[in-house]
Amino acid sequence: MSEYVIQAEGLGKKYMIGHQTRPRYETLRDAVVDSFTRLGRRGLRLLRSSSQSVSDPGREELWALRDVSFEVKRGDRLGVIGRNGAGKSTLLKILGRITDPTRGRAAIRGRVASLLEVGTGFHPELTGRENIFLNGAILGMSKSEIKSKFDEIVAFSEVERFLDTPLKRYSSGMQVRLAFAVAAHLEPEILVVDEVLAVGDFAFQKKSLGKMRDVAQGGRTVLFVSHDMGAINTLCEKAMLLNAGSIVASGATREIVAKYLDMASGLYSPVRVPVHRGELHLIGVDVTQNGRSTNVINSRQPFTIAIEYENVEVVPGSRLMVILRNQKGEVIFTTSDYDDLTEPAANRRTGRFISTVTIPAKLLKEGSIYATVAADVRNDRMICVVPDVLRADVVDPECDPYAETHRRDGVVAPILTWHMVPVDSSPPAEQSKWEARSTNSMQRVQE
Amino acid sequence: MSSNTLVIEAGRTDREYWKDLWRYRELFYFLAWRDVLVRYKQAVLGVAWSVLRPLLTMLVFTVVFGRWAKLPSYGVPYPLLVLAAMLPWQLFINAMQEGSNSLVANTNMITKVYFPRLIAPASAVVVSFVDFLISLVLLAFFMAWYRVTPGVRLLAIPVFTALVVIASLGATSWLSALTVKYRDFRFVVPFIVQFGMYASPVAFSSRIVPERWRLLYSLNPMVGIIEGFRWAILGKGAELTGISILLSISGVAALLVSGVWYFRRTERTFADVI
Repeated sequence: MSEYVIQAEGLGKKYMIGHQTRPRYETLRDAVVDSFTRLGRRGLRLLRSSSQSVSDPGREELWALRDVSFEVKRGDRLGVIGRNGAGKSTLLKILGRITDPTRGRAAIRGRVASLLEVGTGFHPELTGRENIFLNGAILGMSKSEIKSKFDEIVAFSEVERFLDTPLKRYSSGMQVRLAFAVAAHLEPEILVVDEVLAVGDFAFQKKSLGKMRDVAQGGRTVLFVSHDMGAINTLCEKAMLLNAGSIVASGATREIVAKYLDMASGLYSPVRVPVHRGELHLIGVDVTQNGRSTNVINSRQPFTIAIEYENVEVVPGSRLMVILRNQKGEVIFTTSDYDDLTEPAANRRTGRFISTVTIPAKLLKEGSIYATVAADVRNDRMICVVPDVLRADVVDPECDPYAETHRRDGVVAPILTWHMVPVDSSPPAEQSKWEARSTNSMQRVQE
Repeated sequence: MSSNTLVIEAGRTDREYWKDLWRYRELFYFLAWRDVLVRYKQAVLGVAWSVLRPLLTMLVFTVVFGRWAKLPSYGVPYPLLVLAAMLPWQLFINAMQEGSNSLVANTNMITKVYFPRLIAPASAVVVSFVDFLISLVLLAFFMAWYRVTPGVRLLAIPVFTALVVIASLGATSWLSALTVKYRDFRFVVPFIVQFGMYASPVAFSSRIVPERWRLLYSLNPMVGIIEGFRWAILGKGAELTGISILLSISGVAALLVSGVWYFRRTERTFADVI
């Protein structure tokens, strides 16, 4: 019996992506003729074959995954990290047999359950009870298996009272809880998970993470994809870093996370904004850390958001602002160049400018952040808004591996300095002040 | 555990597929069960619809073709002539309508979990089959009403039913796979249904088709099946020849084999193009 449960050799996946190369229609006649020729061509293609091997000038090859080889031992917990589009999801889809690789092969020993999304196949018209059975079957459980775990699933989901209510009457939180409860009770030999922990409220997230930990510690093999470096650090002892479809590095989680941070910076180019309306034209937005553009931010260091814009007209009382939200859509904070009433807001001139704001270190929580950039006139009107113009992932490389046991509640997670002073040996002045205050309040109570 | 090693390979011709189909039979039951349950949820008349639809169509056809157009019924009450054809026909077109959309309707499952995709159109056929079984009650009622004594020929019904089911599976395999890639087929299916209604002897007996065209007419596999139903139920009024049965069987077989072949061919790209 081999100790490897997953052996992948040279996996590759090619997608064909369409391009808009055709010129725009000049006349109605052109449009009609064009659509007819296209229809004809499509019809021909349909008859000839379904897999287009014929080269098409309007289409381009894209290798979402390229020559990926790795091995996973039984009981390993492997984290897969990489930026959006690095090929993580494609890899999981191939391992989950959702899509076929274009090249290479993978041998998998044992039952695989992929939780690419919880609640797959849920039907709004069916009751909670019916959905448990349906979803369980979709995830690969047998009917007897679901029956034997039914009570456990219901208890975990905390929706006992609504079991015979159609799912469409559930709140979204309840739906998610039910979905995760079913998924968490799968007992596969290999569990493939993609970002499921970002669901539900805080308490439920904690519970889910705990459950995942149990699963992982039950000697099962886990493949885990997430942007949440905290969760990766917690759950996985090994990690693999993907970039542009290839494995760049693999090894101990901590090192790989550090590498990820390092690599992500510098590769990223500023966002261009095509919106030109109103008296202020936004041109571009950029995030830099340590002098390099990035979309992965190390939370232990400060970073800067730079906004390039053109003042077409000077608007008195106008301000430029940044609204930062987390992935739940909650506002983390709002900041504007009017905040401290200094130079920028007072000295508006026409022309092109770059305004920068620096966000201090040790403030943001791990996870994705979305920045909305806007300009407005205070208490009056909006000049322009570009919602979620930037997305970046905040990562804490020194994240505590037991973070989930004392995960901090709130939209920010500032690391503040605490001081501890023993009471009896402290300077007398300090002590008397305290005493004075408490006697004051006692006097007030007596009055 | 290592006995069930799964190999994922580019362009593999997996013999495993048919085993998988068997392994996933529970999911098949569940999907069929879901579709049956969902079909009439929040419908006041519920299951009555599977009786009402053929009943109303039968009435319309009897009035239009039997009364007004005065088409011959060859000694059989016109409503029965229509009903005997209606049951297999509705099974076929319902399966086609439900089935052709079955993959697209299950997009989120297809892009998120593995299962042999043939299960989706097949479970849609089951739903139509359940409808068919319920509407048999209607047939029994009208047979009693017109005092048609069922004969030994009724034993042929399961055979013809099996043929319709196979034809439905073949047609839905084609249409569902094509709909994944070309959503145009959403518009094609209603057209096939309408056109097929006249190209098949649903509202009339195939005897009204001139003799010399009948062979050509029988190339439509539904002709043999529908006339088979009429023959099994009524005996009279049917135009069932050996050659039309043979044509039906071979047509249906060709439909199934080609349908499953095309489905299997395109299946591996469903998740990418859907």
